Amino acid sequence: MRIELDGRARLLGDDVNTDYIIASSRKKETLDANVLKQYLFESIDPAFAATVQPGDLLVAGRNFGCGSAMEVAVTVLLAAGIRAVLARSFARTYYRNAINNGLIPIECDTAAIREGARLRAVLDDSGVRVIHVDGQREVEGRPLPPIMLAILREGGLVPYIRAHHDLS
Amino acid sequence: MPGKTISEKILSRASGRDARAGDVVICDVDCAMGTDGSVPMAIDYFEQMGGTEVFDPSRIIFVMDHYAPRPKSATADLHDRMKAFATRHDIRVYEAGEGVCHQLMVETGRTRPGGLLVGADSHSVTGGALNAFATGIGSSDLAATMICGRIWLRAPEAIKVVLTGQLGPGVFPKDIALALAGLLGADGAAYQALEFEGPAAADLDVEDRLVLSNMSVEMGAKAGIFRADRKTAEGLRRTDERNAAGVISAWASTRTHHELPAASVPVEADADAKYCREVALDLSRLTPRIARPHAVDNVVGVTDAIGTPIQMAFIGTCTGGRVGDFHQALAVLRAATRIGRSPLESDAIGAPTVDSTGPEGRPPLAPGMQLVITPASRDVEDELRRDGTLAAFAEMGAIVTPPGCGPCCGTAGPIPAAGVNVISTANRNFKARMGSASASIYLASPAACAAAAFTGRITDPRDILADLR
Repeated sequence: MRIELDGRARLLGDDVNTDYIIASSRKKETLDANVLKQYLFESIDPAFAATVQPGDLLVAGRNFGCGSAMEVAVTVLLAAGIRAVLARSFARTYYRNAINNGLIPIECDTAAIREGARLRAVLDDSGVRVIHVDGQREVEGRPLPPIMLAILREGGLVPYIRAHHDLS
Repeated sequence: MPGKTISEKILSRASGRDARAGDVVICDVDCAMGTDGSVPMAIDYFEQMGGTEVFDPSRIIFVMDHYAPRPKSATADLHDRMKAFATRHDIRVYEAGEGVCHQLMVETGRTRPGGLLVGADSHSVTGGALNAFATGIGSSDLAATMICGRIWLRAPEAIKVVLTGQLGPGVFPKDIALALAGLLGADGAAYQALEFEGPAAADLDVEDRLVLSNMSVEMGAKAGIFRADRKTAEGLRRTDERNAAGVISAWASTRTHHELPAASVPVEADADAKYCREVALDLSRLTPRIARPHAVDNVVGVTDAIGTPIQMAFIGTCTGGRVGDFHQALAVLRAATRIGRSPLESDAIGAPTVDSTGPEGRPPLAPGMQLVITPASRDVEDELRRDGTLAAFAEMGAIVTPPGCGPCCGTAGPIPAAGVNVISTANRNFKARMGSASASIYLASPAACAAAAFTGRITDPRDILADLR
């Protein structure tokens, strides 16, 4: 398996909780991520939803996705065209939900990444790397446990369970 | 090989493997729980996964608590889909108004020592209070669990939290939880478990332990577990007696043939268990804590926040909505009414001079204060109704809402007005958490929330309770 993603860095801070990604109160009417994406990060960055572009890479600090375990916080990013999140660390429920839906969580040092920087994220059999395209710098990401790679290889937990009907 | 932690032992039992911290194991689940916040998506995943049957209906429950009472007509669609799925698969569903899922997992006796519980809600860690390994998952994991009855988990390293000493007057289990959040930070226990030990942990009642286990996820923890002891047995016996006697009447009438799980396998850590870190907390030296906006680990002593104006106080949730919490709050309000407002404001910052007359006829809530009372379950509500607590709050001018999660996460119930300061017994104070992006939320014990409801500003509950004792 080799996944290669090129994109523009969109910077966020530490402790971005799932309510900041998408407010629980927005789920009253619909769970359709294509509708909910207009409210993406509304309470911390009201301009974000209008400026996000398909292919953008989210870059955060520590503890991304903390708080609620709600899964729309993952599907809404995918609906907005975001394929990967780079963060110093993730909340465990967010990390699981991301893998299960095929959103790639990359745990790495994000301190040197600037807003708008061009990045290439590579996930293959040798591990996870983030390449700063402009500065020719490369950062190693934390490798994924085998079970998560297996789920990601199938395209997420839905195709995984469809194929195996169980965990193995 | 060194000994094992409680987490390693429960995951070993549930997986049939020798699970050590760092190992990924596939575990049999004793009970899976979902809410109206997570089940509708789980149904979509279930269908996409090709699910036809659930692994065991008696090991799954659904709770309608996040959107209860239904805040919008459109929400009915989520509830209807959830109920239709539950009917088709013979899954027990708790209706809107019956309670918050985590409280129901305990009250209905599904949380047993040694059990492995997963819940599609982050505060599922609450079950650790009864010596279960209980953890939060998302909707896709819930769907997979409903199909195969299993879940993969990485056995976590454990932080040993050693509690010693005794809480002083005006200091409560919520203050322990906030102190730990301040100490460890919002990700201080990420991917790890908290295991509570020490003489003061043994002294805590189940109701107190629930607060600490519940808040462990605010430090990123995967679980927050107590050992099973005399207090656990007492709590379980009471739960079982109440269920057997039908005291929890609201659902006795609608209960299906499903049996409650009876098996309990108390688990304690080996003396030579290996922990990744040890944290000690002397409760005798602990003072009331408060988490300031907008992070749970933004914790200071209440004395550092005294005088901050408060316009809304909220007592409820899976953290602070049990019988003892409301008794604690009512005791403070009654004591404060006897003391009077002026003495309590003597050292407040810019305290206005409100009614400095004698104790008679003094209103129990500060002018303009909105006090919201939300019992964690119908059982809690019934007990508070029987003992007169709810009537006492209502007489003071409080709003009493049906049990549910609504006010805590802005999904139903009173939403704070723009720009107000709220003091709350809940577990999260994120910006916009209660449904208003310009409100600021302070987290504290029920006693501190009641004290602020009386004075209209953040107040040290010890000033009231010291006088009481």
